[in-house]
Amino acid sequence: MDLKLAHSNKDGIEIVDVEGEIDVYTAPRLRELLIELVNKKNYQLIVNMEKVEFLDSTGLGVLVGGLKRVRAHDGSLDLVCTQERILKIFRITGLTKVFGIHESVDQAIAARKAEK
Amino acid sequence: MATVEVTFTPLPVHVRTARLVATAVARRSGVAESLLDEVRLAVGEACSRAVEAHMLHCPEQPIRVSLTDDGERFEVVVTDAVPDAEHGMPTGTVAANGTSAVPAAAPAGFAAVDGEVPLQLPDGVGLAVIAGLADDVRVAPAGSGTSVTMSWKRRSS
Repeated sequence: MDLKLAHSNKDGIEIVDVEGEIDVYTAPRLRELLIELVNKKNYQLIVNMEKVEFLDSTGLGVLVGGLKRVRAHDGSLDLVCTQERILKIFRITGLTKVFGIHESVDQAIAARKAEK
Repeated sequence: MATVEVTFTPLPVHVRTARLVATAVARRSGVAESLLDEVRLAVGEACSRAVEAHMLHCPEQPIRVSLTDDGERFEVVVTDAVPDAEHGMPTGTVAANGTSAVPAAAPAGFAAVDGEVPLQLPDGVGLAVIAGLADDVRVAPAGSGTSVTMSWKRRSS
């Protein structure tokens, strides 16, 4: 399956919904979207990965890149993911300590608001 | 002799095909269903790594993927044509005798991600992910390039 991307704003936080496979072929599209959102001054991002079927280190690189960009503006990039096969790659690489990973978009929004 | 061999042009779009073939052959070879995601991700990492190196150094050369289910193990070998020096192979992953296991806890190298945001994390991350997924991983010189050999235990028949 190819990659489908959509985004919407909720409570001042940009929610990026990702569906499909994030790999060396499709990751540039996600990277471009994250860059576009940051360039439009969206510095609070949540990437919803509940419909992601595959993620490799190229995809991780894009997420890390997005995190670095928003943090440069004191922003945040949190993830929504409950799939074990996706979470495993975050654990292997130690990125569970870098990203806030939540079970739902609402939970991620609540956590982000609680930190403000 | 390999059960299945795949040769593909080093383009990102073909990595998905290699993943699908590897997963299908692994399933057919008796690898446990619970391990198929690990095979898919590890083979994808090895192929992505080879594609990116080929695109930089030898885009006209194909990448080879060999899948074998002899004996008790299912083995995948991804072979590129990029010399070690061009590959940026992490120091110590290839021993003097030509083969060496990748350290299971290979450094992810995220601290090195600085300045302009790169698309790809440092090369060691892909190998670290492979090492975390396969039962056994070996990186060795192969012809003019490098091979990454990964294996998983098959179900007892």
